[in-house]
Amino acid sequence: MSATGNFDTTNILVVGTGGQGVMTATEILAEAAIALGHDVKKTEVAGMAQRGGVVSSHLRFGPQVLSPQITPGTADLLLGFEAAEAMRWHHMLRPDGLVLMNTGRLVPPIVELGLHDYPHDPVAEMRAAGTQVFAFDASLIAQELGDIRLGNTVMLGAISDHLPFPAEVLERCILQRFARKKAELVELNRRAFAAGRAAAEQAAKAEAAAA
Amino acid sequence: MVAEALTMMQAVAAPGRLLMSGNEAVARAVWEAGVRVAAAYPGTPSTEMLECLAGYPDLYSEWSVNEKVSLEVAFGAAMAGSRSFCAMKHVGMNVASDALMTMTLTGVSGGLVIAIADDVGLSSSQNEQDSRYWGRFAHVPLLEPADSQEAHDFTLAAFELSERFEVPVILRLTTRICHVKGVVTVGERSERAVAGFTKDVSRWVMVPSAAGRRLPLMFERERKLRAEAERSELNFVTAGSNRRVGFITSGPAYMHVRESFPEAPVFKLGLSFPLPFDSLRRFASECEHVVVVEEVEPLIETELKAQGIAVTGKEILPLSGELSPQVLKPALAALLGEVLPEQSRTAPLKVFPRPPTMCVACPHLGVYYTLSQLRNVTISGDIGCYTLGFGQPWNALDACISMGASMGMALGLDKGRSDAEKDRKIVAVIGDSTFLHMGMQGLLDIVYNRGNVTVLLLDNRAVGMTGGQDNPGSGRDIHGNEAPRVDFAHLVKALGVRAERVHVVDAYELPVLLKTLREETKIPEPSVIITSQPCVLIKDYHALKPYRVLDDRCTGCGNCIDVGCPAIHVTRRDRVRKASGREVDLAFVRIESAACTGCGLCLKPCAPDAIVPVDTLAMPIKVVRKSADLANKACGTP
Repeated sequence: MSATGNFDTTNILVVGTGGQGVMTATEILAEAAIALGHDVKKTEVAGMAQRGGVVSSHLRFGPQVLSPQITPGTADLLLGFEAAEAMRWHHMLRPDGLVLMNTGRLVPPIVELGLHDYPHDPVAEMRAAGTQVFAFDASLIAQELGDIRLGNTVMLGAISDHLPFPAEVLERCILQRFARKKAELVELNRRAFAAGRAAAEQAAKAEAAAA
Repeated sequence: MVAEALTMMQAVAAPGRLLMSGNEAVARAVWEAGVRVAAAYPGTPSTEMLECLAGYPDLYSEWSVNEKVSLEVAFGAAMAGSRSFCAMKHVGMNVASDALMTMTLTGVSGGLVIAIADDVGLSSSQNEQDSRYWGRFAHVPLLEPADSQEAHDFTLAAFELSERFEVPVILRLTTRICHVKGVVTVGERSERAVAGFTKDVSRWVMVPSAAGRRLPLMFERERKLRAEAERSELNFVTAGSNRRVGFITSGPAYMHVRESFPEAPVFKLGLSFPLPFDSLRRFASECEHVVVVEEVEPLIETELKAQGIAVTGKEILPLSGELSPQVLKPALAALLGEVLPEQSRTAPLKVFPRPPTMCVACPHLGVYYTLSQLRNVTISGDIGCYTLGFGQPWNALDACISMGASMGMALGLDKGRSDAEKDRKIVAVIGDSTFLHMGMQGLLDIVYNRGNVTVLLLDNRAVGMTGGQDNPGSGRDIHGNEAPRVDFAHLVKALGVRAERVHVVDAYELPVLLKTLREETKIPEPSVIITSQPCVLIKDYHALKPYRVLDDRCTGCGNCIDVGCPAIHVTRRDRVRKASGREVDLAFVRIESAACTGCGLCLKPCAPDAIVPVDTLAMPIKVVRKSADLANKACGTP
């Protein structure tokens, strides 16, 4: 039996662009699931991840995981590191699944060249499709904490209350990573995690109020 | 519940139970197997195997100049009696196969395992090949793991097999093995005695007479290996409760089959060449229908059909790409005449494409911006980050097929030109590592045959596309230690390019680059222009003060956008009518100063001098670069 008493496989899709730390964030989620005794598989569709392209990282955990890939329409959670990227993978979500997303935008050269348009309002488009979306500006939160690279810890904080295990487990896995580095980094990441958690909670309240 | 979960975390955190990618798991097993020599040329999705191995103690590892050399190095070590290992991407074996096709005759003394990583689904390759053909072509056994744990265990099994049958063994991986992380239980290293090299010209010198005597041995070995496949625990049947359809499968497709059809019996082939026909025939006789699920060519299917075993395969399954559950389920439903239960779906939403881009401040940006200004030119391209030059906004690369091919293709474009194209300039673009891999011979051919080609050798001191690995042009070895560095100017002169036709140009000095290119393309003989600035992902690169745009000075001309730098963003668009009556689109810009590293490429095309350095002290946030440390390097190294 798994730690959470849940026999089903949990499917989490983490998406963004190359260089945002999507794969690292998924890896930390995977470590947390492993630490709780789950079988875990994590796989990327990351053609050229370091080149600013599309990155989507699949995480599946449960008592036994066979295929590493999440079948379209079966993701429980979609964690979007970038607004348009969350939209791109919307179809992967199960109909009653949840999107947790950064409203921060990374506009690629192909859009700046005027060859394509960036969607006007990704959050609204997903809501119009009937999906529950908790949206917040993780990029801004990270910048206010002093380093845009804290964005992935903010995102992990945001998802932490929506996992089949306590948020503290995930927090410990993140902080353990930085414990090997600088004490200052541990504190920064602790704050980023808390800020992400608070942002998602606030977004949830706003969504509930609007509904 | 929190305290309980945190206690549990400590309880299950057993040593030896690690989250590893298939590549990391193979590397771990190579180390455990007592391997003493490992060699590779980087190539997605295989790169991390050697990258990880370089971190293990007690073995020699190297980045070789190409896959053929890496296999020859590994073979040499195996002749000497050491266990040895070689890894490559699928197209690497096209290069290495000349060595493979004869080492199958000599066989090996120490165990030799060759990991070949197929890019099923083409995440980062120029084609999709099925490396399982090599097992058949070279008459060597081939193992196909289905996940990280099997990648580890099969690697150990492959060395045993290699030594028992004195044969090189292929470990066939796919992207969905190499880059999937799963839980792996690992072991420790066992050292092995090294027999040493035994002189024996009848075995190691493959002249026709000796090779002819070894051919029957090779076929006899294959017969014994087929018998081994019948007995091997690497091949097994997962019993199913519903015998209506049974599956024969190998590699990652096994997981997809189990996921999709949990009740079906499955024959899983781990040692998938030579095929155990007797066991497969027995299995097939026990099922109503038998479907072969293999990525990607119908090899097992064809061989089973030739044996008179009735199976279905590519009649209902695609000939390319991954056979994931969303592919398998509808295909099987169609075969059985069933209707899949209607599922409520989440709507796909339309979003712009986001192709990979060159990095902020990449030295290739200026090269392609310059090339895009040349007229009447055909640009023969090659494999690397700079292949991206074919795309927007540069549109400055016209062909790309394989490593080093830019040279030969350029010569062919020159010699085969039509009368209408007699003034067409032929430019070849190639990176440093690709040039050393397989480009040098092509340049020698251009020189020797007096071709009219201008070669742009983009020396960024790294194998950029695969993550900035070292090579003979970087001056560092696989461990990052100082190593002899090839001098490209000397090298191309030694190949016969006249000294006056060899130029070294700073990749950020656009006017010089443009002038040199214009001059050299006019001169009808081989010339080489070497650009020399490091890849921004490696430690040789040093960021400079970032720039910003003065809003009141930006005229919206949009020239800077044509550089293609991802740090330049449009803030506002407008359309104006010029005095001539012509309508012009304007795009006013800003620079993401947090991403800018001050290469200054955008300064040159900016007419109104609207781009100025940022006062960094006033910057609220740290400069963020796409740095190698973002790449996942966790390796389970002891």
